[in-house]
Amino acid sequence: MNIIVCIKQVPNTTEIKINPTTGTLIRDGVASIMNPDDKGGLEEALKLKDKYNAHVTAITMGLPQAEDILREALAMGADKAILVTDRKLGGADTLATSNTLAAVLSQLKFDIIITGRQAIDGDTAQVGPQIAEHLDLPQVTYLENLEYDGEKTFTIKKSTEDGYQIIEVDAPCLVTVLASANKARYMSVRGIVEAYDKEIEIWGFDKIGIDESKVGLKGSPTRVHKAFTRGVKAAGEMFEVDAEEAAGIIMSKLKEKYII
Amino acid sequence: MDFNLNKKQKLFQQMIRDFAEKEVKPLAAEIDEQERFPIETVEKMAKTGIMGIPVPAQYGGAGGDNIMYSIAVEELSRVCATTGVIVSAHTSLCLVPVLEHGSEDQKQKYIPKLASGEYIGAFGLTEPNAGTDAAAQQTMAVADGDKWILNGNKIFITNAGYAHVYVIFAMTDKSQGIKGISAFIVEKGTPGFSFGKKELKMGIRGSATAELIFENCILPKENLLGKIGGGYAIAMKTLDGGRIGIASQALGIAQGAMDETVKYVKERKQFGKNIGKFQNTQFQIADLATKIHASRLLVRSAAFKKDNNIPYSDAASMCKLFAAETAMEVTTKAVQFHGGYGYTREYPVERMMRDAKITEIYEGTSEVQRMVIAGALLK
Repeated sequence: MNIIVCIKQVPNTTEIKINPTTGTLIRDGVASIMNPDDKGGLEEALKLKDKYNAHVTAITMGLPQAEDILREALAMGADKAILVTDRKLGGADTLATSNTLAAVLSQLKFDIIITGRQAIDGDTAQVGPQIAEHLDLPQVTYLENLEYDGEKTFTIKKSTEDGYQIIEVDAPCLVTVLASANKARYMSVRGIVEAYDKEIEIWGFDKIGIDESKVGLKGSPTRVHKAFTRGVKAAGEMFEVDAEEAAGIIMSKLKEKYII
Repeated sequence: MDFNLNKKQKLFQQMIRDFAEKEVKPLAAEIDEQERFPIETVEKMAKTGIMGIPVPAQYGGAGGDNIMYSIAVEELSRVCATTGVIVSAHTSLCLVPVLEHGSEDQKQKYIPKLASGEYIGAFGLTEPNAGTDAAAQQTMAVADGDKWILNGNKIFITNAGYAHVYVIFAMTDKSQGIKGISAFIVEKGTPGFSFGKKELKMGIRGSATAELIFENCILPKENLLGKIGGGYAIAMKTLDGGRIGIASQALGIAQGAMDETVKYVKERKQFGKNIGKFQNTQFQIADLATKIHASRLLVRSAAFKKDNNIPYSDAASMCKLFAAETAMEVTTKAVQFHGGYGYTREYPVERMMRDAKITEIYEGTSEVQRMVIAGALLK
């Protein structure tokens, strides 16, 4: 089985800097990470690799430094990495991005394409579904759990606002995954050591073979009216516990502060 | 000359920091309070490859370098010094001597299991009457046909009880002095090998520290590590490497205390302003941060030398001496910055201060490090 996971490098901060003229993000000087939903998607792919010996390809479109998240994907266990990068692709909105990625993906072998639900920088949740439309693939969004019959059918638990749906879909297909679907594994130490010995395949504009009007800023119908930085809020204290324990913690915090 | 970590080392640092924050930090106070060995953390570290970092891939290790190993102990100790020393003792004091001095058979037998974390490792040199004077070994190993009979006691042994493999030193010929000491590999469960009392300690309380007892312990002949009479040299060489591990632990403790202090002085208000606004705070923090940075450079340069096969004995002593004394100073001042709160267990700095002390003592006291450094200069 061939799996392709689409991942994106995003700034790891709530304080995103925005270019006031173009309305696009300034990534310089901001720590970058693999988008959390995409990492959830990669973990889903790696679980299929563990169980069915699937071949996992991680692909990203971005600046040359997006190589970092591809190395991370390799260190987590991906078999192959592709970096789609070209000046001509810069300034792309979701449509131009999905045009570009679909053009690349159409030239690759896959049984399932996995993307994250949405990226924490843009929060659009559009690129995955758009790729599926371009490639005329069945799609299931908001994946919480995935089972595979070992042949061609995936059984997917799809999260909805008020519950969940169980959907069966045959390969080839595309799914978008929630970060909460699973706890992503750590990069293994050996994986890290070996990640830099592997070659990353670079796809530039010429290799993709797509009409220039469909990519980059030119291919992006979205026009940003106004972008601004929201106020910074101090981080709260997080507890990941069950309801009973949570109630106890809240009680003790309230008592600690003499509120009750 | 390049002071930067390479890309591999940076990616590794990103992973281990994430691991330490999510898997190790949440348990740090609890295992200290309960004096409990965090076996579940060891299992998670094993799965990720942290138990076999500087071990070649051919023996099932991660194929990493000593800089990465040092970063691992630093980042783990930054949030939990107990976890840091478990990895350090396992790696520096058991894996490495078997890797460097073991026969091919011994390496095939033990290294893959140790590197994968299926086995935990330990080291036994110290005895009730042989601490800093390590040559005064009273544990005896007598050859008997195709076996060795081991008798004696080892104390203050890190990972005792939980470790499966122990590198043990014993006199094989008392008349030869230090040249009569030999090293052995002893497996848990060997007849005549048992554990004595568990020490109740000031710090690193989650680390298992206990006595090893050998009463007519029968070892197969092939469990001799290195040559007969070569044990003391193995012990000293092993401790040179171990000192990089403990220096990394001390560095991590100091950094952890600094992290807590920076956070606290920006929040704590007295006389109408954050205490970080006072010049007394600023100057002290500046001095401590400088010492932490100096410690890190010393640790990394010693690890770099080990990676590049440059003699590093004095470099290891220097980094251990300086990082340990820095850890003690930083943690003591961190408690002071926290005032009364710092003295309570509500804040981690009191634990860090208790943890820091041992780094000035084990794997060679600060006095021993000074002896080694002066010895190299004045020989």
